[in-house]
Amino acid sequence: MASLDVARIKKDFPLLQQQVDGHRIVYLDSGASSEKPQAVLDAMDEAYTTYYANVHRSVYKIAAESTERYEAARQKIATFINAPATNNIVFTKNVTEAINLVAYSWARANLRAGDAIVLTEMEHHANIVPWLMLKEERGIELRYLGITDDYQLDLSNLDQLLEGAKLLSFTGLSNVLGTITPIRQLADAAHAAGALCLVDGAQYTPHMPTDVQALGCDFYGFTGHKMCGPTGIGVLWAREEILDAMPPFLGGGEMILDVRLDGWTAKEIPWKFEAGTPPIVEVIGLGAAVDYLTAIGMENVRAHEIELTAYALRTLNERFGDDITIHGPDDPCARGGVLSIAFRDVHPHDISQILDTEGICVRAAHHCAKPLMRRLGVGATARASLYIYNDESDIDALADGLEHTATFFG
Amino acid sequence: MPGLEDLYREIILDHYRNPRNRGELPVPPAHKVEGFNPLCGDEIVIYLDVDDGVVTDLRIGGQGCSISQSSASMMSAAVKGKSVREARAMTRAFKAMMSIHESSLDGNDGDVPEIDPDIKLGDLEALRGVVKFPVRIKCATLSWNTLTQGLDEAAQS
Repeated sequence: MASLDVARIKKDFPLLQQQVDGHRIVYLDSGASSEKPQAVLDAMDEAYTTYYANVHRSVYKIAAESTERYEAARQKIATFINAPATNNIVFTKNVTEAINLVAYSWARANLRAGDAIVLTEMEHHANIVPWLMLKEERGIELRYLGITDDYQLDLSNLDQLLEGAKLLSFTGLSNVLGTITPIRQLADAAHAAGALCLVDGAQYTPHMPTDVQALGCDFYGFTGHKMCGPTGIGVLWAREEILDAMPPFLGGGEMILDVRLDGWTAKEIPWKFEAGTPPIVEVIGLGAAVDYLTAIGMENVRAHEIELTAYALRTLNERFGDDITIHGPDDPCARGGVLSIAFRDVHPHDISQILDTEGICVRAAHHCAKPLMRRLGVGATARASLYIYNDESDIDALADGLEHTATFFG
Repeated sequence: MPGLEDLYREIILDHYRNPRNRGELPVPPAHKVEGFNPLCGDEIVIYLDVDDGVVTDLRIGGQGCSISQSSASMMSAAVKGKSVREARAMTRAFKAMMSIHESSLDGNDGDVPEIDPDIKLGDLEALRGVVKFPVRIKCATLSWNTLTQGLDEAAQS
């Protein structure tokens, strides 16, 4: 029996009810951003139309309700990733900002010239560029875990790379390959070497049950818009004692306890990291997204994606044989639903153009992972990424679209 | 919605499948310039020999989609053997064909370059359909922007 009632779930997403140029929308770009269910739109609409006011400032009723709903969303989000406490949840704009927060606050307070950070070759630019900037500014050293030919992290020299390192920072689920990395093993190895561990959970949390305590990392970032929530809201979770010791990131209102003309005192966590009016309604929207996913059940989401990824790998390989290469692990249980496709000699940009005429949305690019693309020896891939509202008919549409692409480009 | 045949004209596919002037030239004397399209990861490398104000030879390297590759191929055929002045005029004419949309996308309307009415784009006219697909305009203009960069470098040396 299928893990999810996709036909019913599809109905929750108004955008997917539309037609474009006479075609239903076959949305296969959830790795870039997911579509939004009506429940999230309704929650945000309700906030703006019935109780919206700024948070943490005023005593009147709607301001109190706004604050209460905002902080209630923080609680839901903490529960969703099994954070030990709600005050570990710092709201950011997205994972990029979460990683930059760690780079600007923790790393600048703790790292000196010559200190090393270990990254991997399969990182998104968001987990490379902030560290390259720090390298230029502070003269820290960056080391990279490589990738094996079967698309796994090469752990053979892990201990050597971790020697004397202060941080190991890596993705939980590759946005290009779908590879699920051994988070717990890497976190343990980092700790054994005296380093902290940061996990980029952008592609992990929307698709897998997330338990930050079981994963054993110190910092964990994820973003709302890839998990049915709105844009503009992400989360940095970190262990409480680390957050407590970190200096604030941005300065301004909301993050202070007291300001004098000659000084200031920061609020306690998490608010000391949240300067200025926060994205109130986006936080409430992410809370609604968490409710929506929790009602479906993240175990069911994961089971569905294993089934659908297996179907996709089987269908595409059977229909196209040597004409198709899917860059990523073969085992659907060891990967997420991210299919990075090289198809004959057709450039991914041309593939996505042909697919677009049939309402099929895939991403064609380097997926913000140019070092990884160089490692794979490709300039770009066409990426189909799956989510809760995709089913076998979407995979069949993709395969038909590739058939047409082959015909078109001869 | 504009059809695929507006974008993928036969002559474009021909240049894509059989790109002209592929390869490299010895550097120096050739100038080597690289262009990138951050949207799709396309990369183009142009090797350019300029002698006495004339583009005596050029070669194209790199990889990209059918639009960027065919535009580069057609560009190479069009400017090879031409004077630098003609190559620049052709660049202006080509970018003008694309620029109404490109400049409005970039939010600087009204910055339309002057076009020499004597310039004939020939095969390059086939790329006119690209303006109906705004996200692909940068694919078509990549090689021309890179050429301009190369001509500038050659002029400075």
